[in-house]
Amino acid sequence: MSAQLQAYPALSYSLLIMSLLFAVAGCGQSTPESAQPNGIIYCSEGNPTSFNPQLDTSGTTVDVSSHQIYDRLLDFNPLTGEILPGLASSWLTSKDGLTYTFQLRKDVEFHSTSYFTPTRQFTADDVLFSFDRWRLKNHPYHPVSGGQYPYISSLGLHHLISNIERVNGYRVEITLVQPDSSFLANLATDFAIILSAEYAQQLFQHNKQGLIDLHPIGTGPYKFDSFRQDRFIRLKQHPHYWRERSSTQQLIFDITPSSSLRLAKLMTGECDAIAYPAHSQLNIIRKRQDLILDEEPGLNVGFWAFNTTKPPFDNPQVRKALAMAVDKNALLEAIYYGSAIPATSIVPPTSWAFQPDLKSINYNPVAAARLLRENDIEEGFVMNIWAMPVERPYNPNAMKMAELIQRYLRDVGVRANIVSYEWVTFRARLNQGLHDSVLIGWSADNGDPDNFYRPLLTCEAIASGTNRARWCSKEYDDLISQALQYTSQAERAYFYNRANELVIEKMPLMPIAHAFRYQAYRENISGLQINPYGGIQFRDVSKR
Amino acid sequence: MGKIFLRHLSLLVLTLSVLSLFSFSLAFLFPGDPLTNLTGVRAENQEAYSHLAASYHINGSLFSQYWHYLGQLFVGNWGISFSSGLPLAEEINRSLAASIELSAYALVFAFIIGLPLGFVAGLKHHKIIDYSLLSASVIGYSIPVFWLALILILIFSLQLGWFPLSGRIGLLFDIPYKSGFILLDILLSDLPNKSDAFYNALRHLVLPTLSIAIVTSTIVLRTSRRSVIEVMNSDYIQAAYARGLSSRQVLLKHGVKNALIPILPLLVMQFTTLLTNAMIVETIFSWPGIGNALIQAIYQRDFPAIRAGMLAVSVLVLTFIISMDLMIRLIDPIRRRPENATA
Repeated sequence: MSAQLQAYPALSYSLLIMSLLFAVAGCGQSTPESAQPNGIIYCSEGNPTSFNPQLDTSGTTVDVSSHQIYDRLLDFNPLTGEILPGLASSWLTSKDGLTYTFQLRKDVEFHSTSYFTPTRQFTADDVLFSFDRWRLKNHPYHPVSGGQYPYISSLGLHHLISNIERVNGYRVEITLVQPDSSFLANLATDFAIILSAEYAQQLFQHNKQGLIDLHPIGTGPYKFDSFRQDRFIRLKQHPHYWRERSSTQQLIFDITPSSSLRLAKLMTGECDAIAYPAHSQLNIIRKRQDLILDEEPGLNVGFWAFNTTKPPFDNPQVRKALAMAVDKNALLEAIYYGSAIPATSIVPPTSWAFQPDLKSINYNPVAAARLLRENDIEEGFVMNIWAMPVERPYNPNAMKMAELIQRYLRDVGVRANIVSYEWVTFRARLNQGLHDSVLIGWSADNGDPDNFYRPLLTCEAIASGTNRARWCSKEYDDLISQALQYTSQAERAYFYNRANELVIEKMPLMPIAHAFRYQAYRENISGLQINPYGGIQFRDVSKR
Repeated sequence: MGKIFLRHLSLLVLTLSVLSLFSFSLAFLFPGDPLTNLTGVRAENQEAYSHLAASYHINGSLFSQYWHYLGQLFVGNWGISFSSGLPLAEEINRSLAASIELSAYALVFAFIIGLPLGFVAGLKHHKIIDYSLLSASVIGYSIPVFWLALILILIFSLQLGWFPLSGRIGLLFDIPYKSGFILLDILLSDLPNKSDAFYNALRHLVLPTLSIAIVTSTIVLRTSRRSVIEVMNSDYIQAAYARGLSSRQVLLKHGVKNALIPILPLLVMQFTTLLTNAMIVETIFSWPGIGNALIQAIYQRDFPAIRAGMLAVSVLVLTFIISMDLMIRLIDPIRRRPENATA
């Protein structure tokens, strides 16, 4: 057969197609993202339940809404934790600490979108509407979208505020039932956002109240554009934002639940930043030149709490001896892979109440054994360690940590059994106080140290199930309450320092670690900071 | 002629009604309230629910319920999704368009790659080039499409960084939805950076299209190779050579057309395989098509979306296959022979 010649055109034809394909690829390689419109893509981990953080404490909802779409009266400085003016340009606290007067900022524009055009700027009415919505049960918007305001109720803010009054268009007066110096900090959390009263009014007239949380209007640096479930959320620049901001035109949340896919997209440049890189991926990110991994101690603490209502753990000397028997640094290496810092007190270094010079007890098995024998704990004493069945930011592997502690305790003649249940049962039994000791921890959303001291160790917190040591000390409670009577940080810090010392002396719990928080992004992104006080902030983020 | 048409039409109508009956019964087979499964409206929403109960005749006999369900389907009320709360008719049309677009490009690519190679192999029957192409096609045919897709991602996205690995276009491009076909929508849009968007969308298309096309092209290759071998050994080709035509003339005038005719019907039957592969590839490349949507719906127990999505896919496949079959019968004289004989 002599069909040879005909064969070759066909072959070269397909080769041509192949080479065309790779030509497209070749051009692409030199300019991976250059031809893209101006904007930032953040690969987030899931769908938000709504666009209103008042309704939901989940980080997914907070990340997309709190700092992007809305503003608060006050803000935290993410570096120092200091409270900064937000929509309130200044504020006054009365002598008795009961009345707060906020002077509101003028010329603050709400978002103008396809579904709402504001006719007026931000005023005191918007503050009243936003707070009354969660505060007053009979408010027309209170039951909208379920009527549950979990974070606000957990802080008891709705009981704390007795009245909110509009003094004039740009001045609001809030009266409290009792003085509370953490009040300002609570107003700066992700959940105390300001909604538009005018938009609410308009929706009310059309009987479409539910849209307020789905098609949000705020004063934040980005306005809502569109949301496609399981795919993306598109936010666009708010051109009349009142603050300085980056020139980023669009902010997109690319919804990518799989963490390996998020990393892959970060590597190919399809994402500029990703949510929650997994611990196993951290080294891959560190090794790559084009990626940056920020790490910072988070607002959390992992600890080993002793049940102080059960003998012999009611004896502070025994608790100290047990704490002394364990090498904290080894635990940090093995459990956190070095991605945490050792804890000396219950507040992390990001909090202003942190005491760098605090004297803690050190690992000393010989002294520990001696102290145990002095307190009648004989060789072969049996105790249990409860280990959480789940992974938490403050303790990624409690079971493994319990096994390590078990080995340390064997060296001082204590036999430890490890106990674990399914998470819900575990917490229920923990609340009943059935444990000898437990490995657990705490994450705070609020820059105020009261958010650590009060729930973790006060007498009241035993009933609410956050005081795992079941430790009740009048001295400690007084210090924590006294601290709230003062407003200056220096004065409050004095009481917190004394509380720290008391905790070390009595050792109701052994603080182990403050785990890091991570943020991974591409090297051409600037202005992205870890916000230890909650949700991610894109206001100042821009791409080169 | 009219007879063939009628026969195909009745087949289509009959199968479609069986399918719709099946989708209707799904609402009763899924756990929960049938009306909620049909419409996506939960019983808590009193007002809308009682209104729907009336329009679906939920209190009537099963047959009347089915009849009104059909009526709702025809006017485009496919219910709303549990998870997104959006009307399913629009959601499914969007994702179906994305799937059709992907499958169509993949099919074109499969032909561009497969046909010429099939001809080469057929013409070089029992030569080394034939054997190597044949073994390559066997390998290509045996590779699971999801594995191939992952390998392509590993090499061309993660290692070389040439192509993106997810979606249809960079999310920063805000392409207004018109036809649902991304390339067409870009051309129809009035964006300032149209050519950038088009180029970006092309780059997103390459890997998913290739993954499907490679597998499909092996089938095209094998089918066309067989057909070419048969045709080239037939009497009329030998006769053409005997009349002194050059091999080029023989191939172009007599070979190609005759070899292509039997290929088409065989390849049409591959459409379902192609669509199945496309649905798998979609989930890997986060392509917003019907396969991806169905998988999400299954994960989220979104019963109205599963029901409507399955109905839409099966109607599409059925209509395509029956109409292609009809077309082949109309254009292919050999298959029409019995008709001609009796006429």
